[in-house]
Amino acid sequence: MTITVLLFASYADAFGRGRLSVPLSPGATVGDVVARVRADAGGDRLPPRPLVAVNHHYAPYDRIVGEHDEVALIPPVAGG
Amino acid sequence: MSRAATNSGIVGLGAIVDRPIEVERLVQQVANAGAGASSLFVGTVRDSNDGRPVVGIDYQAYGPMAERELRAIIGEARERHGTLGIAAEHRVGFLLIGEISVAIAASHARRGPAIDAVRYIIEQIKRRLPVWKREHYADGTREWIDPTTPFGLAVTGVGDESHP
Repeated sequence: MTITVLLFASYADAFGRGRLSVPLSPGATVGDVVARVRADAGGDRLPPRPLVAVNHHYAPYDRIVGEHDEVALIPPVAGG
Repeated sequence: MSRAATNSGIVGLGAIVDRPIEVERLVQQVANAGAGASSLFVGTVRDSNDGRPVVGIDYQAYGPMAERELRAIIGEARERHGTLGIAAEHRVGFLLIGEISVAIAASHARRGPAIDAVRYIIEQIKRRLPVWKREHYADGTREWIDPTTPFGLAVTGVGDESHP
């Protein structure tokens, strides 16, 4: 299966784009998504354990993701 | 979201906007006949950071999540402090010095909880809202701000649009 991963701010700059298509095996977890993204070109500019959101909620690394989930990597937030 | 509160309604409004924030309107939205106090926080773009002259800030948000998270924070503040009305907006896009980036209004029968609710919301926004800012400096450089990393160790600057 392929999962689309949304990127923002410095993370989008690291990859030069705002979304990535990540091939994964069924049953993959958030942790697997992060490992795949960090292995891509530019991924070395991400921290080892970036925050991840699934369907607009912060998600733990053991959460299983599917093709219909909206997955996003969340850089350190700086609102206000 | 467009309907302003009447002075009897219990409201909790939160939005990410790409237009100027009108603080007067937020105060009107939390107006309530039972309120003895309305508290207002206004965050603005300042002209320097760590001694570097700043000319403006580019705010980016993960819109749908930021709006959901902001409304969750507002719900928590209402539960903790028993406010009558809360209205909050965070702006995105390029803002010049002095422009309002965030505003929060809360009303309560008494001043203490009205102030505490606003304080809670801005602190949680700083901690949780998926919003980022890229400061533009007077020398032409720009940098994503990483509050978790002191002084420029962040993943910033290099590349931007030119990075493949």
